[in-house]
Amino acid sequence: MQKMKDVFTRRQFLIRSAKAGASVVAAGAIGYWFYDSRAPGPSPDQKSSVLLSDFSIPELEKKMSIVRGQNRADTLETALKALGGMENFIKKGDRVLLKVNAAFASPPMLSATTHPQLVTVLTKLCYKVGAASVCVTDNPINDPVSCFGLTGIAEAADSAGARVILPKENLFKPTTLPDANLIKNWPVLYEPFKDINKVIGIAPVKDHHRSGASMVMKNWYGLLGGRRNIFHQDIHNIIKELATMVKPTLVVLDGTTSMMTNGPTGGSLSDLKQTNTMIVGTDQVAADAFGAGLLDKDISELPYIAKAEAKGVGTADYQSLNPIELSI
Amino acid sequence: MNIITTRRICQVFFLIIFLWFCVVTTLGKAWWQLRGWPVNWIIQMDPLVGLGTLLSTRVLYAGLLWGVATVVLTIVLGRFFCGWVCPFGTIHQFVGYLGKRNKRVSEKFGVNRYHSGQSIKYWILIFLLTAAIIEIATDVALLPRNRLWLFITIALALLVVIAIRAVRRTLNSAKRTIFLYSTFIFIWLLLSIMLNGDQRPSASLQIGLLDPIPLLYRSINFILLPLFDRTVLKLQTVPRFYDGTWLIGAIFISAVLLNLIIPRFYCRFICPLGALFGVVSRFALWRIGKSKEECIDCQLCQKNCEGACQPTSQIRISECVLCLNCLDDCHHGLMTYQTAPSATGEILSPDLTRREFMVSAIFGAAAISTLRIGGRIGPNWNPRLVRPPGSLAENEFLTRCIKCGQCMRICPTNVIHPAALEGGLEGLWTPILNFRIGTSGCQHNCIACGNLCPTAAIRPISLDERLGRNQYSSQGPIKIGTAFIDRGRCLPWAMDTPCIVCQENCPVSPKAIITREFFNTIKTPPRLVVKKAGELTIEFQSDVLVPDRFATGDYYCVVQESSDIGRRRIIANTANGLRVSDVLPFESPPLADSRVEILIRLQSPYVDPKRCIGCGVCEHECPVKGQRAIRVTAENESRTREHRLIL
Repeated sequence: MQKMKDVFTRRQFLIRSAKAGASVVAAGAIGYWFYDSRAPGPSPDQKSSVLLSDFSIPELEKKMSIVRGQNRADTLETALKALGGMENFIKKGDRVLLKVNAAFASPPMLSATTHPQLVTVLTKLCYKVGAASVCVTDNPINDPVSCFGLTGIAEAADSAGARVILPKENLFKPTTLPDANLIKNWPVLYEPFKDINKVIGIAPVKDHHRSGASMVMKNWYGLLGGRRNIFHQDIHNIIKELATMVKPTLVVLDGTTSMMTNGPTGGSLSDLKQTNTMIVGTDQVAADAFGAGLLDKDISELPYIAKAEAKGVGTADYQSLNPIELSI
Repeated sequence: MNIITTRRICQVFFLIIFLWFCVVTTLGKAWWQLRGWPVNWIIQMDPLVGLGTLLSTRVLYAGLLWGVATVVLTIVLGRFFCGWVCPFGTIHQFVGYLGKRNKRVSEKFGVNRYHSGQSIKYWILIFLLTAAIIEIATDVALLPRNRLWLFITIALALLVVIAIRAVRRTLNSAKRTIFLYSTFIFIWLLLSIMLNGDQRPSASLQIGLLDPIPLLYRSINFILLPLFDRTVLKLQTVPRFYDGTWLIGAIFISAVLLNLIIPRFYCRFICPLGALFGVVSRFALWRIGKSKEECIDCQLCQKNCEGACQPTSQIRISECVLCLNCLDDCHHGLMTYQTAPSATGEILSPDLTRREFMVSAIFGAAAISTLRIGGRIGPNWNPRLVRPPGSLAENEFLTRCIKCGQCMRICPTNVIHPAALEGGLEGLWTPILNFRIGTSGCQHNCIACGNLCPTAAIRPISLDERLGRNQYSSQGPIKIGTAFIDRGRCLPWAMDTPCIVCQENCPVSPKAIITREFFNTIKTPPRLVVKKAGELTIEFQSDVLVPDRFATGDYYCVVQESSDIGRRRIIANTANGLRVSDVLPFESPPLADSRVEILIRLQSPYVDPKRCIGCGVCEHECPVKGQRAIRVTAENESRTREHRLIL
């Protein structure tokens, strides 16, 4: 009996020793495996950086049409037709992203944001020429849901069959623009651009106290994430860099009602002026250069235009594009 | 030599080493100052620090490798650290001895009996470790989403193992096991789908709250040594202040005094490090036990049992702190430290049910996420939370800081303090800079805190990196914040009083505080009508001036309604006249009956945010001593991009 117990104990002890040995090895292995003699670096490892693709169509560079009239739907369609129609820009199966200006939670009549009617018309035209999908996005200043709701853009997109992409945090990816001073490892609303092949920028014509004017190029500000308002310390250069970052298929500058004062929020009908002009084109700089006139400003008052031009984004001399000018 | 004496010598040795390391954590070159003493050794030996940071950061930082040695020894020997090394344990044991010295034997049996509450320390351990592991756990939970094949492999491997085990028992149990297994996989998948939100839970290291080593360091560093500094035995030239240490003191005193009721109260009921050792010691090769089952049941072995591990009956191995008192107290030589299990049986596992484990873990996981709802690490960050130079970004900082207070102890200027709730509840007792206290702000040429930090919550930066020199010149100096001027409190700005102490003391070159000169009419201008005047002197018609009142060099005079608009510095004044500096004599002296005005020359300070590093020397020196007229907040601190102030 005593012997049996001894044997049992010995066996128990061996099993236990094996377990203890295994634990010692495990502890040692964990120590060895995870040992880090060096402290973490000054900043967390940079995540891989992304870049927006080029969505422009080379053979359609430097196109511009200017149509005067009161009805946005009519002027927009006429302006597009003048450039060969939507089928010139959007092909069958294309996936289109509309970058609207939904910056503020204010109603369309205050013209602080892209007019919903433009979203309706463009979405319908895209689908008409065979687009596979149309999405609408922006990273507004005010609460995103309220912005898309109150501006009427969400409703317009829904009824026309476009999908609104709200700027959720995980849609932003760090971007470093080649030879840029400002957009370095900066979060950009990248995910909506990942699966599309055409981009249309749609901006209203607005006064802007810091930069002088907010039109097509300033509208790309809505693609920045993070604490982007830090760039107001160098507004003209950030607009220039944004203009080099985004190469759109088409831009629409809505000068039907221009915000002449108190921009970019406006807030009163007395800030607005009927300027009854719709500009459609492929040259962002030319569009903004023309828009400056609608705001009674000289392009020299908007230094970002010259800066973008110097970077080769487009031309400030919109007359050189021989824009097609029509009136309805 | 008696084994008990050996143990006591060992305990005293480590207590002295500990206290010695506390003492020598003083900046200086004397033999009793920092020099090269390995002052973090005992922290590094603490495997809870190693394990905690490993779970929260996925690395074992440098010296924390010592913890592996402690764990290995514990696996082989049992909880030797508690009974032989831990300085806090030694204090408890001593105070506990004082408490029970005059008690009857039966009372000693009473206080040293096992108490079911001793499992509380395991709840605490699990709570703290889940808070640390939550990020890794989330990554594992997200496996089906991110690495489907790895997930399938793991799932299949688990299925095979479980199936073999189940089939080896009965078919009935196989059915149940497979059902359980499927539920587990289902929950895993469900979690994976649900967890893909914008905000993932992040780890937080909170072991420092109750880990005995950091706790003792805090208590000694912030309370005991500063008290000594107020005697002739002082270690520092200037007595030290630490803000808000009442709570640290209260916890320390309570932990020590509770030993008078139950010896080693903290070790038995609270200590998460002891709990960790309790878990690790389960396979110990040698353990305490009875060599024979038959004994007279005198229970004397339980009389002085430090761990309350009931050696008389079934000994609880996880509670035994290897004090070896039972070996000494058993008059029959039955208690031994042996390889065989105790003859009266033993209980290996901590007294903790699966349900209790789960509850603790769930609360640990939920606690941090709940605290983070406050947004303290995101948009609701507190600008008053200025961390020492080299501190990691806040979310990483909180995965490393163990609140030991070594940075606060070594800081030569006493500017680092234990935070109260400035960094939220998670940031309790983490380092925060208080520029009002101490001998100056954060010294420009000092990198002591980061090089002492045992977990690299404050990185060990070089002087070059701190100052942005040599290979760091492109990224510039490390900034811990930015100074802001409160123009309503600033003497030149608000009160027409020359000062610019902040500008003078700014250690940055070129200075981060610039000044602009301006002249103000003095606040209560006297009526000064000229009687007669010369090139350098003016005599007034009446005695209106206090002699020498305007001779400080800061006052100027100007003739009103005159073509000569030059301001002339006053160098002397009598009751009815003044003399101006000969730098600019009057070409045509002011005419009789013309009026003269006195101006004060002021320099108003401005901060250049591009140069300011947030060292707070300006705030410390500001003569507006209550609420300073220039104050540093964490804006523009290098450690967080989102806090950048300027391009």
